Amino acid sequence: MTAPALEAVDLTKTYGSVEALRGASFSVHPGEVVALIGDNGAGKSTLVKCMAGAEQPTSGTIRFEGAETRFDSPTDARRRGIETVYQDLAVAPELDPAANLFLGREIRRPGVLGALGMLDKKAMRRRAAEEFGRLGVALQSIDVPIGSLSGGQRQSVAVARSVVWASKVVFMDEPTAALGVVQRERVLDVIRRVRDEGVAVVLISHNMPEVLSVSDRVEVLRLGRRVARFTAKDATLEDLVGAMTGALHQEEA
Amino acid sequence: MTAATSVENGGQLKRRSLGARLVTANTFWIALVLVALIIVFSALAPNAFPTVFNFQRLAIETAVLLVLAVGMTFVIITGGIDLSVGSVLIFAGMVSAKTMNALSENGSAIDAGWGVIIAGLVAAVLGGLVWGFVNGFLIAHAKVPPLIVTLGSFGAALGAASLLGDGSDIRTIPTTLKRALGSGTSFGGIPNLVITAAVITLIAAWLLHTTRFGRYTFAVGSSQEAARRAGIGVTAHLLKVYLLAGLLAGAAGFMSLAYYSTTGIAAHSTDNLNAIAAVVMGGTSLFGGVGTMLGTVIGVFIPAVLKKGFNIVHVQDYWQMIAVGAVLVAAVWFDQQRRRARDRL
Repeated sequence: MTAPALEAVDLTKTYGSVEALRGASFSVHPGEVVALIGDNGAGKSTLVKCMAGAEQPTSGTIRFEGAETRFDSPTDARRRGIETVYQDLAVAPELDPAANLFLGREIRRPGVLGALGMLDKKAMRRRAAEEFGRLGVALQSIDVPIGSLSGGQRQSVAVARSVVWASKVVFMDEPTAALGVVQRERVLDVIRRVRDEGVAVVLISHNMPEVLSVSDRVEVLRLGRRVARFTAKDATLEDLVGAMTGALHQEEA
Repeated sequence: MTAATSVENGGQLKRRSLGARLVTANTFWIALVLVALIIVFSALAPNAFPTVFNFQRLAIETAVLLVLAVGMTFVIITGGIDLSVGSVLIFAGMVSAKTMNALSENGSAIDAGWGVIIAGLVAAVLGGLVWGFVNGFLIAHAKVPPLIVTLGSFGAALGAASLLGDGSDIRTIPTTLKRALGSGTSFGGIPNLVITAAVITLIAAWLLHTTRFGRYTFAVGSSQEAARRAGIGVTAHLLKVYLLAGLLAGAAGFMSLAYYSTTGIAAHSTDNLNAIAAVVMGGTSLFGGVGTMLGTVIGVFIPAVLKKGFNIVHVQDYWQMIAVGAVLVAAVWFDQQRRRARDRL
């Protein structure tokens, strides 16, 4: 088996006297979807923040493509191909899908005009159309403000915006929490496509049927530690709930 | 959505047709209003209204306000507001006049040459930038609401200008400057003041609509959170936008000095509201994220055309204030309706 795309070993994180992580471990390989589940306060968000550069762990090791590393900031992590899709899916509603996709990564024109900051809107629209096509995000038009799209399309664009730039790992913090059934299916479809291209996907979700349907593996966090690992197709809802609540305990930290 | 349909249209997403884009643009409707006004007044006074002289006057009288409104457009697109532009204009004019007088013999710049005039221009621009920095720093770094910050600098800049001038206006403005920028013309009769304003507006339109700076301005106004997540330095960008507004208010102060030959302490107290009204009438949203420079140009001309038109057809021009007020409220109402319709989706 290849080295994990991203691996956390024995991470601890304390905020004052609160121990959010108490020796948590986690790993995800290229081309697999790993669901990270746990009850509220189990430390999921903290663990993801540590692995995405938004927080620094108090102790422990992070390995990126097999080599020990640290991410100084989310920007640092992004530069190395690690993206995060946040729960609230913040987009700029007045900008069109292409502008949102390229926000902060605009393509400039060649030559002097580009040096002056002039954008190559045509190239961005063309590439955006390609990327949306690749990820299966269906849009009628590329130049209407995102705010005027339907909820599901808006969410798909928001997810696509991070996913497009994730060459190695993408974290998704409850990307479907606020969605209806059809919209949720679309987002899950995007997740599968990204996985099929060899990106490691980490999915945080409270929706157990969704977890079992989309992920390859499941890692369970409880009280700041990893307590269980499952292969999704062998696991049952009872297994997951049992591990989350402490009824079932697989591994010692 | 199945993979098949998305691949069909995914590869080549169409832009909407020009017509479809026009009809949904606020700017289009407000341009129709301006055209309608011009047609009505031309029909009512065919000998007096549609004349070269009249349009020349119109353009000159709106040039200074246009430059203020251009800066205001950037500020309002970020979701902010700048109440201080009129006072900053006076402050910049005062600093400029003081500088030019100080550099001249006997303390009077009336006969000053280009060297002194350029020093005056630099002083005006710096005077504008100082207030732009004060506004931008307090809004972007200290997170004080723009309305309050610029209400403060609205008073403070006027106070500072009055202190500098000891409470009275300076009227010793170089004749060379008045002749060149204030009343001069080029290209067969186009006033230099109008050319200056037009060049500034074109550069600003280029900056807003085609560059990364402009794109970030829209993004910050649309969603600060989304902009921040995308790695845009929101704080630094806001500071730059208020610096730009200050810079343009400084330039407007210099233009005003050249045209009126006085610092005009008492003459610009409603410039801020006129600029805001022009920008908002032009389709720029007070909620941020939406706006065009062309709309602002149209928004500047609507009140001016109304006033001129009423004058020419002998209607008391107080009606202009009422009409502008009504158009302004209507423009914001339309913007809100559009937003609500969109958010219901």
